[in-house]
Amino acid sequence: MVKNDVSFKLGGEAGQGVESSGMGFAKAIARAGLYIFGVQDYMSRIRGGHNWYQVRVAERQLYSHEPAIQLLIAFDERTVEEHLSEVVEGGGVLYDEGFKVDAEAIKARGVIPMPMPLLKIAEEVGGNKLMMNTAAVAAAAGIMEFDLSYIEQVIRDNFGRRKGSEIADRNIRVANAAYEEARKRYAHLFEWKLEAIPNAPKRMVINGNQALGLGALAAGCKFVASYPMTPASSLFEFMCAQAKRFGIVVRQSEDEISGLLHCIGAAHAGVRAFACTSGGGFSLMVESLSLAGSTETPVVIVLAQRPGPATGLPTRTGQEDLLFALHAGHGEFPRAVLAPGTIEQCFYEMARAFNLAEKYQMPVIVFTDNFLANSLRAIDPDAFDFRKVASEIDRGKLILPHEHERVEQAVANGYRRYEFTDDGISLRIPPGHPKAVYSVAGEEHLPEGFIDWEETADNRNKMTRKRMRKLEVAAANDMRLPEFYGPDDADITFVCWGSSYGPVREAVDLLNRNGMRVNMLHFVDIHPLDWDRVADILDNCRSWISVEGNYTGQLARWIRMNTGRKADAVISKYDGRPLNPTYIIEHLQEVLVGV
Amino acid sequence: MATATVTMKDLQSPVEPTWCPGCGDYGILNAVKRAMVQLGLRPHEVFFVSGIGCGSKLPDYIRANGFNSLHGRPVPIAQGFLLAHHDMKVIVVDGDGDNYGIGGNHWLHIMRRNPNITHIVQNNMVYGLTKGQYAPTSMKGYVSTTSPEGTIEWPVNPIAIAIAAGATFVARGFSGDPKHLADLIAKGIQHKGYALIDVFQPCVIFNRVNTYDWFRERIYKLEDDPNYDPHDRNAAWEKAHEWGDRIPIGIFYINEEMPTLEEQIPALAEKPLYQHEIPPKLEDLEALKVAFM
Repeated sequence: MVKNDVSFKLGGEAGQGVESSGMGFAKAIARAGLYIFGVQDYMSRIRGGHNWYQVRVAERQLYSHEPAIQLLIAFDERTVEEHLSEVVEGGGVLYDEGFKVDAEAIKARGVIPMPMPLLKIAEEVGGNKLMMNTAAVAAAAGIMEFDLSYIEQVIRDNFGRRKGSEIADRNIRVANAAYEEARKRYAHLFEWKLEAIPNAPKRMVINGNQALGLGALAAGCKFVASYPMTPASSLFEFMCAQAKRFGIVVRQSEDEISGLLHCIGAAHAGVRAFACTSGGGFSLMVESLSLAGSTETPVVIVLAQRPGPATGLPTRTGQEDLLFALHAGHGEFPRAVLAPGTIEQCFYEMARAFNLAEKYQMPVIVFTDNFLANSLRAIDPDAFDFRKVASEIDRGKLILPHEHERVEQAVANGYRRYEFTDDGISLRIPPGHPKAVYSVAGEEHLPEGFIDWEETADNRNKMTRKRMRKLEVAAANDMRLPEFYGPDDADITFVCWGSSYGPVREAVDLLNRNGMRVNMLHFVDIHPLDWDRVADILDNCRSWISVEGNYTGQLARWIRMNTGRKADAVISKYDGRPLNPTYIIEHLQEVLVGV
Repeated sequence: MATATVTMKDLQSPVEPTWCPGCGDYGILNAVKRAMVQLGLRPHEVFFVSGIGCGSKLPDYIRANGFNSLHGRPVPIAQGFLLAHHDMKVIVVDGDGDNYGIGGNHWLHIMRRNPNITHIVQNNMVYGLTKGQYAPTSMKGYVSTTSPEGTIEWPVNPIAIAIAAGATFVARGFSGDPKHLADLIAKGIQHKGYALIDVFQPCVIFNRVNTYDWFRERIYKLEDDPNYDPHDRNAAWEKAHEWGDRIPIGIFYINEEMPTLEEQIPALAEKPLYQHEIPPKLEDLEALKVAFM
């Protein structure tokens, strides 16, 4: 028997409830004190097609999914065709007995066919064939001998309160019937079991986008304007759902251009604001990004990547926009680029983005992607420390116009919005105070904010140096160097950024367990950085291999551009599917020949 | 609305306009200042957002808060700013290329939202600052460097589009009559909601067709007709299409019944957004965690 170490996959058509069933099951398992890692895969359509949701379970914290699964839960016949090859020997395939499934082909692979009267139970016990999902999840629980009461709890949460308990009761009756039948038929054949951890602490079951949203709330974000775009939409919707409770203004703009400009307007007035989008929407924002750079307006942009070019694979994942974000915008201006790698980092980096934006009065881009946005994990509530975030709020040289005394003191000798300073950062008083009336311009401007009508070379030089100086100060004081995971003494270092963290970390663990000495160097802060120190770090690595979700090895190129150091190899993945540890290890064997 | 005494001198900027002698923009600047004086609006109570073009340099030429932004983009910035600081009087000043060309989509959507924003569009029917190309409002057949055989497009009809799109205050002025224009701007500022003031503004260098004289021969004031009721949408629609020998100016349409964008947002009920304390209460945040468990 293998206890609490299993991966299972639910598959079916869009509209069959694959994702909600998978997430519900994951939540029930997390409530039993186990750790989960949930990942979804869906197509750009509302009905039909093929979607799946995969859940990995363990007694330790998980950072990635793995391609191999022990149990396949098929909501349709196609799921069996598509995913049978992923099921390990001794694993099972659960499906409705009415499906046309070749049980012999399943057996031939050493996998157990597990037909079940799911539709029959749904109709006869629940009176509704839609309850087949519940039957399937409960049957899977029965096969793994997982305590059904956790599933019942989730059913109550989902149906009980809102629509009256009758639907919940019927679902629970369906669950019990399917659970008992599946347990009786297949539990003795199936090796992998789920057992609740007694007295386990309660954990949050949360994904990357929700963590970004919590980070924004914790940091005092009061304004969000965006145009929906996968995979950023769920973050936008989260903020919309919290708007009433937290007194936030949310606007769905007519396009992404307008979304970022709304944020620039709000930020100019002294409010913490962000826009979220994906690559296509970010393309539209680029001109406005340059305006934020020129006017030194602190805005945050969440760039939730999906594979391009153009519409690309709209519901899939990739890391193709790194160099784009670093260089987006005409002209030269300061910006910061952050790429949280875990759900915890999503929370803290999102909050930190607002501090960096306001402290340095510049746009900050926070990366995520479809994989991280939708990755689901069980996380200790204490891991999100709201008090710490609150204590770290840093609005920089900001005085709000209604803070009369502070304004009066600060402008005793007059106010110039773009005053030249040692650190390049000027006092920022949003419009509204009688002693700080001024006009700003995207055109090259004078310290007062007026357009520089004479267009003098001297002012241009000083203003450019003032703005770019902020990058040096930020790199020296606030930006964080990449961090290692794994043994200090390693033969190979995987270098990665953003969401690759989880799959690379798990690959490092597996490789070290197998006797190799491998570690990971993960970049959260991409720009600005103290590159001399990054170069020193890389020089101390025996060999380093960049692992990225793109074709061109964009982080490797960025590092080479800034340090002259060249990666020994690049492991890339650009098929729209997330990286996973097995993929990394397989490709390591290939590239090792050249290292 | 403020009731302070404001003089033209209070609104004097240290910056000298770079406009050509005789430019219609002087009349608009003068009218904007007169409107502020008339309403007693002090410099710190007003926020101008402009696009790019000759007329969009206006914020620098008046003592008030300003934001000279990007071509076609002042409208969304103005909305974002207003929602963060809705006590401020927000005025967009841009041109026909800004608003009827590149920023057309933003314009369409601000009109159906009805924020309390006054929008002055300087309509000279030509691209001046880029030296003489045709504009979205250039008349059909207009000869320019980019239409040497004459334009083959119909001009944008700003008044008709605004009425159709749901604008709640639609007016047209003439920079050659700053007193009348000042009155329109003042009424636009007093209007609760979005106010469009399209302004005929002769470009004395590049538009040799739509000159001061051309306009003066044609324009007449809607308010001179005692039977014209700007609350009548159908009448406004009809007047919006009058063009040729006689061209109306004045207030085409007013709708005082529509709620503003900002008064429909609960977060803004008590005080402007920028005055809200951050971060939110810890217990509210902690309560959110429970929802994930």
